[in-house]
Amino acid sequence: MESLKEKKIKKIKKIKKDDLKILFDKLRESYTVIGPKLSQGVVVLSEAGFEDLPAGFRDYQARGTYRLTDEKAVDVFSFSNGPDSFKRFLHPPLNEIFSFRKSKKGIAIEPAAKEGRPIAFVGIRACDTWALKLYDRIFLEGPARDPSYSALRKDSLVIAVNCPHPGDNCFCSSMGTGPEVTPEVTDVADIVLSELEKSFIVEASTPAGSDILEGIAGEEATDRDLEEKRSRIESCKKAMKKSVPYGELPELIYRNLEHPRWKDTAKRDLECGNCTQVCPTCFCNSSYDLIRLSGFSQKGAELKGVRIRKWDSCFSRNFARVHGGNFRPSRRARYRQWMAHKLAYTKEQFALPGCVGCGRCITWCPAGIDITEELEALKGVR
Amino acid sequence: MKRPRIGVFKFASCDGCQLTILNMEEELLDIIELYDIAYFREATDKPLRGEFDLSLVEGSISTDRQRKEVVEIRERSRHLITIGACATSGGVQALRNWASLPAYKKTVYPSPETIEALSTSTPISDHVYVDYELWGCPIDTDALAETLVSFLMGKRPAVPVYSLCMDCKVKAIACLLVSRAEPCLGPITKTGCGVLCPSLDRPCYGCFGPMEGANIESLMELFKKNGLSHKECMLLIDKMNTYAYRKARIEQGL
Ligand code: SF4
Ligand code: SF4
Ligand code: SF4
Ligand code: SF4
Ligand code: SF4
Repeated sequence: MESLKEKKIKKIKKIKKDDLKILFDKLRESYTVIGPKLSQGVVVLSEAGFEDLPAGFRDYQARGTYRLTDEKAVDVFSFSNGPDSFKRFLHPPLNEIFSFRKSKKGIAIEPAAKEGRPIAFVGIRACDTWALKLYDRIFLEGPARDPSYSALRKDSLVIAVNCPHPGDNCFCSSMGTGPEVTPEVTDVADIVLSELEKSFIVEASTPAGSDILEGIAGEEATDRDLEEKRSRIESCKKAMKKSVPYGELPELIYRNLEHPRWKDTAKRDLECGNCTQVCPTCFCNSSYDLIRLSGFSQKGAELKGVRIRKWDSCFSRNFARVHGGNFRPSRRARYRQWMAHKLAYTKEQFALPGCVGCGRCITWCPAGIDITEELEALKGVR
Repeated sequence: MKRPRIGVFKFASCDGCQLTILNMEEELLDIIELYDIAYFREATDKPLRGEFDLSLVEGSISTDRQRKEVVEIRERSRHLITIGACATSGGVQALRNWASLPAYKKTVYPSPETIEALSTSTPISDHVYVDYELWGCPIDTDALAETLVSFLMGKRPAVPVYSLCMDCKVKAIACLLVSRAEPCLGPITKTGCGVLCPSLDRPCYGCFGPMEGANIESLMELFKKNGLSHKECMLLIDKMNTYAYRKARIEQGL
């Protein structure tokens, strides 16, 4: 039944590289288009058009290092992931949830309206489609369905792209989450782009995706084109420098919860939280009530304010502080929590990988702590 | 309900934090409505008398007289909150803690013999019990407003204690350290300023002081890899929070 439906909407076309502009323009008619863009020497995600794409740029990433240069490369998607992901838009870092007013009559709560046009994301990589799938599972299907996420996610559209070459810190191939947008994630990728030497193959996998494709002229993709697509994905896989022993997870972590390595890493770890902020699967947040002095009237016994939800991290000291103490009292415990949550707990909790191998945490960790290297160290003798 | 009596006191400081209070133009009238401002030399000439429900203390302890005065103020105060880098960590004047007082006096003053000062400048918490500390040079008005509201509500202020980097990412700023190897103190510095410097393309120089458990040594190792000498690394932390950063570094075991 499911596959029949899929077959019906499956549309595949070949378009000229410049015709990507038509896709952008078409999306702009009904969506806020979020795509890659240059800002302060980094590829960020923001409202963008075709002309904003950092085409031809190439980023050099290493542990704790990011440098971008214009190499005038022929590929449009010549660059790889920057620090941002869809999470900035669907799970905003500072998110007003509701406003409240407390008076003698009681408490009145007004949910914050999530207005505006739906978002279309252009250029999401395979790894991030897996992260998005995880977000959907947690925030849409999970036991705690999140109204803010569902309002922002509803009617949003994802134009994913198969990576022509990997970023220097990527290891999606070993995680099974890339570099190709595979059928497991085409439910969250409405359209998938594959860049060829002279054109794009555009495939729609959802009704919303095929609606968009409808209005774009293109040619039939030949067997030869499909062969080129295949070989490009293969060469991307081959070029990937990093990998993790995915098959040994989560046991590798569970067997080594007392490994001396955790302590060594804690010596270097700055506890800055950058890794969690850039991680597309980290979802942790804290809420607080913002009450201004003007919202507080002693005489009228009235109180008004807003409930704000803000990104937080298991690296924050107060994150695991509860009445009576802190259940992750050391830096060692906090680092271990982060890595174990990514590579072990999430999979058990949500039956999806908690790390999608995007490499962001490696690049944006100022101390250059590398999750793949840490995992490798756990395999060593204690 | 009676408005709580509030006092604003000053020790060795530049008055910048007190001015920050006066700069809270929109909230000033609300403060007056909610609090009885009983002592605040920067704003009124009311004499010092009675007790205070809440004292806001600016400045460090730099002279022998101040050492006695701060004890007296503590005795008059039900709650005492320090405001700013001077009161909370000794201020830039604490640089003399690691130098010679006579030499500093000679460099700074035309008639050094008239200056009576202790050989150290120390935070208020080195002398009396402090209920809560607001960091920053100067303090952030939103944090002060949150603290004043929280005091009335009897709750802990929602002022985060994590690193500046956390808010830098909230603001989507491209990391200066990772993308340009600039010596940014963000990873060891408490957030609170609204990410002022990185927003303006400048690395943080730590005016909000070290966050709890700051891993100063690891960051310095990193700066050294990027070409800084040990001396240059120390100069980065030897500013208005020199005492707090150095103390954190020693407590870290190095
Ligand atoms: S843990 Fe690191 S590599 Fe894995 S998804 Fe998060 S940021 Fe990407
Ligand atoms: S617990 Fe830590 S690792 Fe897990 S999602 Fe939250 S911030 Fe990320
Ligand atoms: S692992 Fe790196 S990015 Fe994460 S908290 Fe530690 S130092 Fe910061
Ligand atoms: S620019 Fe500074 S404050 Fe911002 S993330 Fe980088 S190190 Fe942290
Ligand atoms: S970025 Fe650093 S130096 Fe600049 S205002 Fe904030 S805390 Fe102070």
